Amino acid sequence: MATYQLNVNGQSKKVDVDPGTPLLWVLREDLKMTGTKYGCGISACGACTVHVDGIATRSCVVPVSLIGNRKITTIEAIAQDPVGRKVQDAWVEKDVVQCGYCQSGQIMSAVALLKATPKPTEQNIEESMGGNLCRCATYVRIREAIKSASEQLT
Amino acid sequence: MRAEKNDLHLNRRSFLCASTAAAGGLLVSLYLDFPAFAQEGRPSPPPKVYPPDAFVRIEPSGKIFITVNRLEFGQGVQTSLPMVLADELDADWSQVVAELAPAAEVYKDPLFGIQMVGGSGSISHSFQQYRELGAKTRAMLIAAAADRWKVSPNDCRAENSVVYGPAGKSARYAELAERAARKPVPNTVRLKNPSEFRLIGKKVPRLDSRAKCDGSQKFGLDLDLPGMKIAVVAHPPVFGGRVKNVDDQEARRLSGVKDIFEIPLAKGTGVAVVADRFWTAKQARDRLQIEWDLSGIELADSSQLRAKFKEMARRPGNVAVARGDDKAMSRTPAARRIVAEYEFPYLAHTPMEPLNATVSFKGDKAEAWVPSQFQTLDQMAVAQALGLKPEQVTFHTEYAGGGFGRRAVIDSHVPLEAALIAKRFRDTPIKLVWPREDDVRGGYYRPMHAHRVEIGIGADGMPAAWRHVVVGQSLVAGTPFAAMMIKDGVDKTTVEGVEDTHYNVPNFHVSAHHPVVNVPVLWWRSVGHTHTAFVMETLIDELATRAKMDPIAYRRKLLKPDAKKLRTVLDLLDQKSAAWRKNLPKGHAAGISCHECFNTAVACAVEVSIENKRPKIHRATLAVHCGLAVNPLSIESQFQGGIGFGLNQLMAQGAITLKDGRVEQSNFDGFTPPYIGDAPVAVDVHIVPSTEQPTGCGEPPVPVISPAVVNALTRLTGKRYRNLPLAAV
Repeated sequence: MATYQLNVNGQSKKVDVDPGTPLLWVLREDLKMTGTKYGCGISACGACTVHVDGIATRSCVVPVSLIGNRKITTIEAIAQDPVGRKVQDAWVEKDVVQCGYCQSGQIMSAVALLKATPKPTEQNIEESMGGNLCRCATYVRIREAIKSASEQLT
Repeated sequence: MRAEKNDLHLNRRSFLCASTAAAGGLLVSLYLDFPAFAQEGRPSPPPKVYPPDAFVRIEPSGKIFITVNRLEFGQGVQTSLPMVLADELDADWSQVVAELAPAAEVYKDPLFGIQMVGGSGSISHSFQQYRELGAKTRAMLIAAAADRWKVSPNDCRAENSVVYGPAGKSARYAELAERAARKPVPNTVRLKNPSEFRLIGKKVPRLDSRAKCDGSQKFGLDLDLPGMKIAVVAHPPVFGGRVKNVDDQEARRLSGVKDIFEIPLAKGTGVAVVADRFWTAKQARDRLQIEWDLSGIELADSSQLRAKFKEMARRPGNVAVARGDDKAMSRTPAARRIVAEYEFPYLAHTPMEPLNATVSFKGDKAEAWVPSQFQTLDQMAVAQALGLKPEQVTFHTEYAGGGFGRRAVIDSHVPLEAALIAKRFRDTPIKLVWPREDDVRGGYYRPMHAHRVEIGIGADGMPAAWRHVVVGQSLVAGTPFAAMMIKDGVDKTTVEGVEDTHYNVPNFHVSAHHPVVNVPVLWWRSVGHTHTAFVMETLIDELATRAKMDPIAYRRKLLKPDAKKLRTVLDLLDQKSAAWRKNLPKGHAAGISCHECFNTAVACAVEVSIENKRPKIHRATLAVHCGLAVNPLSIESQFQGGIGFGLNQLMAQGAITLKDGRVEQSNFDGFTPPYIGDAPVAVDVHIVPSTEQPTGCGEPPVPVISPAVVNALTRLTGKRYRNLPLAAV
């Protein structure tokens, strides 16, 4: 066990965990932030996507010991970001969710995409969202919501 | 492993009894009362009376809580059933809050007689029930207002959570609720005419949208209870394997490990690991050295099974349908005969939220939290494992991250494992998690199938004789469902979509073989239609091509006169897709299919090209006849998503295979469902206007997509694609 001081959603959080514990499980079980989801544990589905220093990251394969003082942003705080808020609102406006389990990760990936590429092409969308699995296959509405959010970013 | 003999909590013999019971005997005593399938000569039970107070609660704040007798796992019933009730209640929709019902008698499916989600029945079975509940509650509120004002209820009307009376009188539902609750529940109520609906038939956004976009929606796996421990189970590498010996020394060295012990499983035995955290439990499980006893166990091998099934399909099986003249085939000249053999693999459901169940055992009672499609059976299984009666188990329905049938398991094996572990940790909630690897390797798949079809074509280009053999494991043999679903040795779920085809073939013979294989199988969204619609719709397309006819016109001509829903959707599809089908870019082709299941008819047109030897789906147009469309917005979503789910069959790595009894895939890197680039870029859904009884929308989207895509591919390459998953095109 080791103690880490993490910067999560702008707040300093102290955790006492095994150094190999993936960030995902520290968020979910130690910090009780369950908006970030476990889907596969091998970075193959994207349900666990968070931002680490603004970069979309699969938290299920990043050991907490590697985080250091990097800034972690999760779905719980993404509305505080202007792009994040617009993406969330577009998701609601387009009635994207079905079971909803993967959508935290989808939204985190979409926010990262739109921050880097405010006017994405279909190909940009397929590349950036290509690792986020949705078993309900809400993909058509995900595309629509990303385009809708993009239009509102101008 | 600690000595079990000295363990006060674990009495091995009684555990094994529980295991045996769970594997088959547990449900024998269950009286599956399916009123919809009442046996001849057995009187139907009288219609159930549902007390409104079990479904509606109006609080002083004005908030109206509506209880949903179903699991919400994406299908949108958490919004649609409250819409139905709120419409008849004349409730202020902005004040409606939906709650998922716990397991209880009153929440059983009115037709199936158990509490469940399946058969695309959530709306179709509860539509009338929820309308009546809303109308009765409204009548009670009006009666309360009439009492207060000393006027006739006939002089009062309700609108938007307010009752209006004579002389400008009005009262909010919230003010009337307490008095209304004491009024008698009316036996009969007038229901609205469709023209009076304010919510039903409107595009109403989901009630759970915001919570599912900001991370606040809790699913079963998110449950966090005081003192809760996390459990994982080391399952045998082969279905039914038993623990021979365990070395858990390394595992127990990990800080946070609470206990490690053997448990019986629905099939075989396993080793449970209980720890403070999931990560610790999983690490500890990885450190276990387990020797397994696989003696006497069949080691299933999918390539051997494929050959065996193919061989079996060459002989007729148990007869499902024999219509017309059996000699018609032999009279058809060889040049006008087609013989087609098809292969379908095992498919996993892999809902995004890994399987889980939480159980807390308190001696004379227990509590369970399960994202369950089968609350009645899961509650019984937990009770049985703990030596309790079902009513001693408070059973909470948790929101589920998908399911597609995987949370409707007759042997309740996941909640059962959780209960057996919780039994050892009295007053401690145990959350059992099946890591993704357990789910992918854990069985309960859509079964493998082989089909062999011989068609004799008439001089007019239409099929005159059709002999069809289906080979696949039964989903229900040996369970209480068998009596209802197996007839003359044929499991309905194996041949549905063929035996009840709406195509008019005069001489028609369908039979089935049900080999027994040591791989647990289960219904997978749309069940038998996943493979039967593929076979039917690719063959019909082939016949249309041979007859040099337009695929839509050919289908129309071949449909039986009474196939009204399918005709309507084919007409609508033709109309909505004609423009793009006639202007396809070079290298693109259109593919057509149609299918009716769960009383809903769907027609599909897709635009496909080939990129990197895979189909690229540019668009899909769907026409749907589902009776009265309760929430067209959620129906549109179900159809857009459902066809994406159906594409699983075409994915290069979209199959489960076994070698030496072991599943060869373990996660999404080996079993790979469709991602965004694999799904259609755009899907337009057109719903036939109707005031008929609403029919299912969860499963009917799934069957149509893969045959439509393959029919388009055939138009591009001239090849037939009869073996799934789809290899390089």
